[in-house]
Amino acid sequence: MTNTIWDASQPILEIENLSISFFTRMREIPAVMDFSCKVMAGEAMGLVGESGCGKSTVALGVMRDLGKNGQIVSGSIKFKGRDLVTMGEEELRHLRGSEIAMIYQEPMASLNPAMKIGAQLIEVPMIHQGMARAEAWELARQIVADVRLPDPDRILNAFPHQLSGGQQQRIVIAMALMSKPALLILDEPTTALDVTVEAGIVDLVKDLGHKYGTSMLFISHNLGLIMDVCDRLCVMYSGEAVETGAVAQVFDDMRHPYTQALFRSIPLPGADKNARPLISIPGNFPLPHERPKGCNFGPRCAYFQAGRCDAGDVAMADVPHADRHASRCVKWDEIDWTAAPKARVVKEKAPIGKVVLQMDDLKKYYAVSGGAFGGGHAKVVKANETLSFAAHEGETLAIVGESGCGKSTFAKVLMGLETATSGTIMLFDEQVQSTPIQKRSVDTVSSVQMVFQNPFDTLNPSMSVGRQIIRALEVFHIGTSDAERNDRMLELLDLVKLPRAFAERMPRQLSGGQKQRVGIARAFAGGAKVVVADEPVSALDVSVQAAVTDLLMDIQRQNKTTLLFISHDLSIVRYLSDRVLVMYLGHVVEMGSTDQVFQPPYHPYTEALLSAVPVADTKVIRKRIVLEGDIPSAMNPPPGCPFQTRCRWKSQVAGGLCDSQMPPVQTLTDGHQIKCHLGADVLAQMEPVITFAAE
Amino acid sequence: MLAFVIRRLGVMLVTALVLTFVVFFLTNLPPNLEKLARSEGSVRMTDAAVASWLEEHGHNGSVFYRYAEWLGAAPGWVITDEKGVTRGKCIGQRDDPAMAPKFCGVFQGNWGVSTVFKKTVLFSLGKSMAATGWLMLAVMLVMVPVALLIGVLAGMREGSRTDRVLSTFSIATSATPEYVSGVILVVLLASPATGLSPLLAEWGWIGSKTLFMGTATSAMDNITFWNFGLPVATIALYGVGYIARMTRASMTEVMTQQYIRTARLKGVGFRQVVLRHALRNAMIAPFTVIMLQFPYLLNGVVIVETLFNYKGFGWMLVTAAGNNDIEMLLGASVVAVIFVLVTQLISDIGYVFLNPRIRLG
Repeated sequence: MTNTIWDASQPILEIENLSISFFTRMREIPAVMDFSCKVMAGEAMGLVGESGCGKSTVALGVMRDLGKNGQIVSGSIKFKGRDLVTMGEEELRHLRGSEIAMIYQEPMASLNPAMKIGAQLIEVPMIHQGMARAEAWELARQIVADVRLPDPDRILNAFPHQLSGGQQQRIVIAMALMSKPALLILDEPTTALDVTVEAGIVDLVKDLGHKYGTSMLFISHNLGLIMDVCDRLCVMYSGEAVETGAVAQVFDDMRHPYTQALFRSIPLPGADKNARPLISIPGNFPLPHERPKGCNFGPRCAYFQAGRCDAGDVAMADVPHADRHASRCVKWDEIDWTAAPKARVVKEKAPIGKVVLQMDDLKKYYAVSGGAFGGGHAKVVKANETLSFAAHEGETLAIVGESGCGKSTFAKVLMGLETATSGTIMLFDEQVQSTPIQKRSVDTVSSVQMVFQNPFDTLNPSMSVGRQIIRALEVFHIGTSDAERNDRMLELLDLVKLPRAFAERMPRQLSGGQKQRVGIARAFAGGAKVVVADEPVSALDVSVQAAVTDLLMDIQRQNKTTLLFISHDLSIVRYLSDRVLVMYLGHVVEMGSTDQVFQPPYHPYTEALLSAVPVADTKVIRKRIVLEGDIPSAMNPPPGCPFQTRCRWKSQVAGGLCDSQMPPVQTLTDGHQIKCHLGADVLAQMEPVITFAAE
Repeated sequence: MLAFVIRRLGVMLVTALVLTFVVFFLTNLPPNLEKLARSEGSVRMTDAAVASWLEEHGHNGSVFYRYAEWLGAAPGWVITDEKGVTRGKCIGQRDDPAMAPKFCGVFQGNWGVSTVFKKTVLFSLGKSMAATGWLMLAVMLVMVPVALLIGVLAGMREGSRTDRVLSTFSIATSATPEYVSGVILVVLLASPATGLSPLLAEWGWIGSKTLFMGTATSAMDNITFWNFGLPVATIALYGVGYIARMTRASMTEVMTQQYIRTARLKGVGFRQVVLRHALRNAMIAPFTVIMLQFPYLLNGVVIVETLFNYKGFGWMLVTAAGNNDIEMLLGASVVAVIFVLVTQLISDIGYVFLNPRIRLG
């Protein structure tokens, strides 16, 4: 397709000393500094880092789409030997979409809502290759089939909103592949998707990369994903590349303190909240205009040495005897990289007490009208079906499942934001299933509290932090005077390890992790006995996640709180929960202690979920089970077992029971129950999904 | 789709009934009726005479029954006086009472007779609506394309020089009421003493004394650019600013959307990004605003038609209201209600075509 003669042994993309700044009225904000990387033909390069580290800016810089304020200050970006920095608009336009294509984080927002899928796809070859409409349509059909979407003709004639999130992302991928680009830039392509859908997309991207020989620049904050997809990676911190090299080398023999700290702060199999707790990175990410002198990571680094690390700019240094492995650390060859971390504090396991929350046969149905303007048959969404479990004092019960499985509905019913359709919820010695929150007593309300997913939206932006906590104290009738409440507020700030001076701050002056701490302080203001944490750390950066999780655990140990931890992230669930409850389409499909759930025998859905979670550890061998299709709609669940449409074990059940009958709840061992038709002999044969390679 | 339209038509009918009843109630308040009696009968009538006049002309009885009569849902009043002459709502002057229909109201096509124009309401309404129809058509043809063009040009590059110039123009025009802009236009372009016309006449570029005509009365029979230009421009100017602002806001928002970035990074040229990707999405919000301009125009013409002496709907409404012409006002309200509801129905249906995410029941 391309008329440029170009030698395949040369890098496809070569970025040298790239610096990008954003210019505001106040000042110049450097977003990327002195960034270099090379992507060879057919190679997948990963860019890892926390939000704000400049990884997306690099991607947009390659596309030369930095907006009005962004500017490439220095350096070069060579694509197949041609410098993109000095290229004219028109020439650039010919490259975009045809030779360099991009896949975005949010598929729904990236597709034009008012254009049919087909029209959006055929545009690419029609612009770049001047292809005729019919021919382009034929190509689109073929590529849509390539990205494993069923019924290409229907898809091409659909609008984006008629597809599910996973299907939309496949379309975005198809769009990127329409003119067989040499370089594909993927900017967090699966962050907005469920894990099982993510697994499918990741497999697809890898296969297509091999099939078309496309080079990839894969941007993600998820180290596990990078290991799955990429050959090489580049770790970024605060606008700089701090370490680069082959994936296995960086994962096993990292040579930069930030990379090491990052790995120590993510929950890998083997981490344990009591015996081997995570080590969070102290301090906060520096703001772009508040970067320290010398090494940017210096103030948070365990190996920091005054006078050397803060002396001046640190350059990338090559690590010898390795394949293009480099680190931006002045002390990289002095640090003992194999030494065990010393900061690890072993904590005592909290005792588990009596039952505080008991749910029996809880059901929650919603009635929705059929048409957009009323009329049509009212449909029933069965959000929760026969939910039964007990939670004990001081226990962490994790509730796991993908979006739409009913885990948030359950939380709403427990909190009293919704009332149950049937069944009972016993909270201590009170039945609360049909008492909405307005009618609950202050005691009940203050004893069941919630920590929300998004700390950015759940704090009132126009009220100071201290005021918000005092407000909660007032609502819960705690303290008799303002002075008393003020003291209690300061104690709560101590509890969540925030400086007392933060009481005067406004939420916008806080980082994400600090806001979540305020959210936790507010939840515990009334001495909550049961706390529902709805994905409390999923909106936070990796290095902050560990600190916030540990904080929750510490408070739990002190207060003997029952923690209901709602999450889709199985790594963190494995790390911190005592018992796990797996939900699918409103049903509890498996429940048991963490060890029981994470080891065979599994419920087939749990097995698939476990295998879908990327693990950032080269020693872990993971069996790949990719679920076909999407989660069925809760409005129209399949007959029989809810999971039968995607289950790979279905053939092992005789007599088509899965299609016709709801499986019974089998109790396997003490307290481990699964909702499945599979016989004990089949279950006994199940192999573990995750195994450790022999050392 | 069909079910939706039928359902909406049903809702429209109910709305129309309620609204016309309100107008009927207000125009038929006792003081209005008394005024009617004195203007139709004699100004010096005694109160007793007024009462008997009203009774003889069927204005007594419950307001609901009279409303039903007016609609044609109840039998029209019939009164036989002492002389044995039978008169009634449905009986014409020379008709045989026995042959006359029992029902005669809006449903039967009898909208009454205008007391001011001395013609049937239907005839006067038809004539004035036709005149206003031409005016509105011309305004829409000028206003909508100009406004959309300005809005899209301003919105596609937010903050650019084009944007600032066009936005200033839009704000200025939408901040100028019609009675001001109309007068300014007349002074500038249609006055033999001031503005452009004397200059042009002096240079011999125009034959008449003024460039444009300051009155649009002649446009009732024969529309030309010179007699119709100023009223059309006066109404359109105001709307242009308003719609352009809406379009610009919508366009700037759409241009920052991620799918626009997707299109740009697909290699689509800027022109095609605007035309193919942004335009349809940017039209969704202004479309509703444009459709709301129709009812607004129906009101807006009142000032302009009076200013330029153009005998359309607005002028007629003013005259009828000023002269207590009850039947005429009722007729006008029926037309206005139906007009508003129909344009809103069109607006809703058009919205569905623009925005595929919306489904009709």
